[in-house]
Amino acid sequence: MKYLLMIYENEKAWESKSKEESEQFLGEYFAYTDSVQKSGNLIAGEALQPTQTATTVRVRDGKRLTTDGPFAETREQLGGFYLVEAKDLDEAIALASRIPSARLGCIEIRPVWELSESAG
Amino acid sequence: MTDLPSLLEQTWRADYGRIVATVIRVMGGDFGSAEEVVQEAFEAALLQWPREGVPKEPRAWLLRAAKNKAVDRVRRGGRLGARVDALEVIARLEQELASPLDGRDWQDHPDDSLRLLFTCCHPALAEDIQVALALRTLCGLTTEEVARAFLVPAATMAQRLVRAQRKIRDARIPYVIPEADALAERTRGVLHAIYLLFSEGHAATEGTELLRTDLCAEALRLARLARSLLPLHPEVASLLALMLLHHSRRRARVAEDGGLVLLDRQDRSLWEAEEIEEGLKQLDAAMALGAHGPYTVQAAIAALHARAKRPEETDWEQIAALYGRLTELTPGPVVELNRAAAVAMARGPEQGLALVDDLESSGRLTAYHLLPAARAELLRRLGRWREAEAAYRRALALVRTEPERRFLEERLREVLASPPSSA
Repeated sequence: MKYLLMIYENEKAWESKSKEESEQFLGEYFAYTDSVQKSGNLIAGEALQPTQTATTVRVRDGKRLTTDGPFAETREQLGGFYLVEAKDLDEAIALASRIPSARLGCIEIRPVWELSESAG
Repeated sequence: MTDLPSLLEQTWRADYGRIVATVIRVMGGDFGSAEEVVQEAFEAALLQWPREGVPKEPRAWLLRAAKNKAVDRVRRGGRLGARVDALEVIARLEQELASPLDGRDWQDHPDDSLRLLFTCCHPALAEDIQVALALRTLCGLTTEEVARAFLVPAATMAQRLVRAQRKIRDARIPYVIPEADALAERTRGVLHAIYLLFSEGHAATEGTELLRTDLCAEALRLARLARSLLPLHPEVASLLALMLLHHSRRRARVAEDGGLVLLDRQDRSLWEAEEIEEGLKQLDAAMALGAHGPYTVQAAIAALHARAKRPEETDWEQIAALYGRLTELTPGPVVELNRAAAVAMARGPEQGLALVDDLESSGRLTAYHLLPAARAELLRRLGRWREAEAAYRRALALVRTEPERRFLEERLREVLASPPSSA
């Protein structure tokens, strides 16, 4: 089953990190990505640029409305994600808890709606 | 001889959870379908047994009937949970149905109830839903009964239960006993869920009744079940001991008018001797298993009360020391308040009052009626009437259950009738 692991953290926390701290943290991310790739769980994963680069778009009555900024202002922001294959929620929780940002922010785990299979 | 409906009712009460636990497993973790086929099996028994006689192994018969209904349902192409492989389910069912009906069905897979308990109490489900689900599936309570336990309308509870079952299915919460590395943590979760249910029954935070013994009884059932399923886990034995020792005082704890009776004023002849004995035995068993966690300390405190034939014989020094230990294990203002009360009993109200004052000035319990109530009690014992009066009035402004309110009002009247303080 596919799960999306969404990484939420305070992006300001990155700004306050020293160069060494940032490098060490990134190193942990590389090691993690490497390990979930080797274990065969990884489908995809990306880090996102900060929310100041975000644009929100909605269409109402056929008219497009584009605004600056994220959809919601929250204390912690979506900073990246992994899409993984796991046999059940317990495995997904185990994978999520090893993401370095789990120690600072939190990881939301969402099962992917597999439309083709539920229709069958 | 018992008539058929009451025999079936007894079997439902005793064995529904075990039957449904197995059927959920064979149906690939589909709670909803499993509950339906087990219900159908009981309905079939109600029709068949009067004609064919009651089978020698009623519960094995019911389990077999439920499995037969399950295999029919899957063959007919009934909907199963997402990604449950129908062929796999049929193969598993056929294999289990191939064995002769000799009661072995019943003995095989003794772990199914434990699987069900851990799945119901999975941390991905909200805490109150964990208990509700366990009561519904493991204890076989109807949705209406579960709703009553949680003081919500039946429709609301039905919706919550369906939502939880859907999450189990859609997020794929596995139907397994957690692996060794997660077992301790997950067991703590299970125990906490049971403890919450018991606490709510033992000291209702809402409503007109002080005790809700129905909740306590269900929590005890779950604890006994957990105890039999996890015989080597020390904290399970401690929790069961703690609950039994508290539960044993239920008749003495409530006055005829429904009011609260504190420990020192309880008629100890109303304590249930058998439950105390069983509680003490469970505590011994827990200690033998090396228990030392918070439930153990609380059970040890309850045991010291249970052993005192009269209030004056209570070993308050020991109890104060145990509360000291408890503040280390589970730091929190409520535990500290209890410790202050024990210290007051062991070493005099002044020392207790000093601890209560510390707690009050820390500002952590400002909305909790028991803080001013404890203060008032100590001031009353010191004869500082006017201060006691003020503290009782503060407690009354915060109290939320009717019996506790009446108790505080009575104490306030006593204080008002006392001679003016010389201080």
